[in-house]
Amino acid sequence: MVLFVLLRLLPGDPANALLSVGADAAQIEKAREQVGSNLPLWQQFLRFAGSLARFDLGTSFVSGKPVIEEILARLTVTVPLALMGFLLAVLVAVPLGILSAVKANRWYGGLISTVSQLGIAIPVFWVGILLVTVFAVTFRLFPSGGFPRRGWQNEGQAFYALALPVMTIGLVMGASLLRYVRSATQDVLGSDYLRTARALGASFPQALVRHGILNGAVPIVSILGIELATTLLGAVVVERVFALPGLGSMLLLAIEQRDYPNVQGVLFISTLLVLLIGFAADLTQRLIDPRLRERAVGGNA
Amino acid sequence: MSPVETSVSTRGQRHSLALTVGLALVGINVLVAVLTLLWTPYDPLNASGGRLEAPSLLHWLGTDRLGRDLLTQLMIGARTALLVGTGAVAIGAAIGVSLGVLAAFATRLADDVMAATLDILIAFPTLLLAMLVVAASDSASLWTAILALGLAISAIVARLTRILAKRVLRQDYIVASRTSGTSWAGVVLRHVLPNIWPTLSVNFALQFGLAVIAEASLSYLGLGAPPPNASWGRLLQEAQGTVYTAPIGAIAPGIALVALVIGMNLLADGLRDIADPTRGRSR
Amino acid sequence: MKPLLDIRDLNIRAGDKPLVSNLFFTVQPGERIGLIGESGSGKSMTAMAATGLLPPSISVSGSIELDGQQVVGAADRVMNRLRGVAAAVVFQEPLTALDPLMKIGRQIAEPVRRRLERDGRRASKDVVQREVRDLIDKVALPQPERIINSYPHEVSGGQRQRVAIAMALACRPKLLIADEPTTALDVTTQAEILKLLDQLVRETGMALLFISHDLPVVADVVERVIVLKNGIAVEEGPVGAVFGKPQHDYTRTLVEAARLFDEALGATGS
Repeated sequence: MVLFVLLRLLPGDPANALLSVGADAAQIEKAREQVGSNLPLWQQFLRFAGSLARFDLGTSFVSGKPVIEEILARLTVTVPLALMGFLLAVLVAVPLGILSAVKANRWYGGLISTVSQLGIAIPVFWVGILLVTVFAVTFRLFPSGGFPRRGWQNEGQAFYALALPVMTIGLVMGASLLRYVRSATQDVLGSDYLRTARALGASFPQALVRHGILNGAVPIVSILGIELATTLLGAVVVERVFALPGLGSMLLLAIEQRDYPNVQGVLFISTLLVLLIGFAADLTQRLIDPRLRERAVGGNA
Repeated sequence: MSPVETSVSTRGQRHSLALTVGLALVGINVLVAVLTLLWTPYDPLNASGGRLEAPSLLHWLGTDRLGRDLLTQLMIGARTALLVGTGAVAIGAAIGVSLGVLAAFATRLADDVMAATLDILIAFPTLLLAMLVVAASDSASLWTAILALGLAISAIVARLTRILAKRVLRQDYIVASRTSGTSWAGVVLRHVLPNIWPTLSVNFALQFGLAVIAEASLSYLGLGAPPPNASWGRLLQEAQGTVYTAPIGAIAPGIALVALVIGMNLLADGLRDIADPTRGRSR
Repeated sequence: MKPLLDIRDLNIRAGDKPLVSNLFFTVQPGERIGLIGESGSGKSMTAMAATGLLPPSISVSGSIELDGQQVVGAADRVMNRLRGVAAAVVFQEPLTALDPLMKIGRQIAEPVRRRLERDGRRASKDVVQREVRDLIDKVALPQPERIINSYPHEVSGGQRQRVAIAMALACRPKLLIADEPTTALDVTTQAEILKLLDQLVRETGMALLFISHDLPVVADVVERVIVLKNGIAVEEGPVGAVFGKPQHDYTRTLVEAARLFDEALGATGS
């Protein structure tokens, strides 16, 4: 629904994209019939909703190929990129975040939190450019961009091509995630149940593992969901830096070419992914926290 | 969410430090931006030296691929960044606060609808929303970018305002004041806004930083202000191709940008501690 | 007899602010002592210091010997062997003192398993389960099966406090420190928990350090009281003497306030 309104806000008649300059009235009318923009708005919306329900995303104005095909092809770049970046971020953020909270009075605890402050102040693309400068230009360790034409059929090269982009996403996202892990850990450290465990003879690491991990995970899981969604949608910038043929670059190209079916398709699929991720995060949280389970049941009653 | 912390020093010292550094970083930016209105080292639009010159006494940061002075571009970029941040936050605040207060007062149904819509909008990153708005307007200009970011920010501000305002409205003294016949507007002006302002202002400072980053990203993607509006994002995009021969062009604008955003974030931290000294974040 | 807890010239300060000053007292094995004072008088701080659980920002000087081991300045490793064995604690707020995400059965099993392992016995599932059931019976929790499989938020406040007591008992400590264990509960539940504590302490023969701001609450459970004001012990003695003939003005106001409260309660209650 929101998607439809956003897309309708795009100016000009979608039919124009089909036509060359100087088409006559009859041609325009024919084109409008073809894309359906001559119908009243509510009928357009019904057609829109109906075809989405069937996953029929139409065909591209520019290439004439079905939108869904192109999206699926590009997802094979974006999804691995986002997932690996996400994984790297978690691997960086969780141990360092806990460390920086537990050892806040040591120099490295302070250092970690200071560096993580940079995470929300640095644009992703600049990190990408810097990594390219260091690893691709200076040391020539990784390619500065591009993706093998044959995609995942050449796994080694595909991973090789994704190394720097994954690093970029992992670092930036890891830094922002770290701050949440740190504050969740601080909450656990100050909790009464941890004090109880300690007062009854549990050692500090023992108590932290037994009671800290799950309790700390509850707020982190929802943040993880948001971060993963952001990575998927935010891949557009990273894909531009490294010239990767992913969903983001498809969106950018489609916007430049006013290829409405493509814009709409990408937005639809990414919205779907975002909703799915949010749903999964919600479910995970409920699995962990019995209080949330009850509220859900009670809310319906 | 906590600021740079040194656990040993007392809270007071740490806060004034965050505030001082934040003010200094933002202050330098404002000074440079104002200066560019009166004077720049070189003509920003025309070549003043050879192409891609290395830094020298004449061109402190060298020149870009069209032979224009990089320092001049950078200084004008500061002006653009401030304009974007201020404009976007102003638009976001105006729309967001009004919507949020309305939602807080609205009927249950209207409030639910508004909350759900905002949640969906917020699930999209600011940048993506801004991209769509920019795409929706036929010609990209600095003002479309500002408007786009302002709209995206307004969703975030509206949600925050709604939550904060509802919390205030539940307070006993507000309920008492409303039942005793204080008008709707009176409640908003006298009780709601003053109470939510401290938290909101901190959020505005954070959004400012995010808007600057988002504008740089838009410009980097080619959806931002077209030349001759120098933007740090576009400077970085132009320098990416020549990073091998002139690395400073890919570094200086980034540093300027990060400095401004960190400055704004520190300012937000400092403001938060002034607004709410009781909130202990380190135990 | 060597005292179980021997506190000598204890000083606790937060930065420049003194919380407890020049405090001396001992708890003999099996003895029941009340530590009384209004909030901020330093009584909880003293209890936390005895178990070495004060946050690092608070400094402690003087001597605290718990079961013959110096606590002040002791390494965490040393304290871990002491906590639970020499002393266990029941805290004020039973809702937050229990892990909200762990079933009650498992929470009680934790200290049981630790104790078994410490004693060099195999902590098999059956043995632990049986002990958990025994403990639940001991603290008189109804429907043990349901309680074992419940989360803390699913049972009442009084039941939660019984769980917390069961966890402390699971350690079989020589000294039970009860830090305002009834303050967060309503009056009826308060009386039940007090009776339970009293009975358990008498049965097991462990020593009790009962911390409260409420004189009458303490009077029924302990033999001797220490009255703290602003971190200084103003009066100490057998509970009857202190109640009957309070020497210090502050104690007198406490006794008076309690008497007035009881009268008011009696007037409206009957």
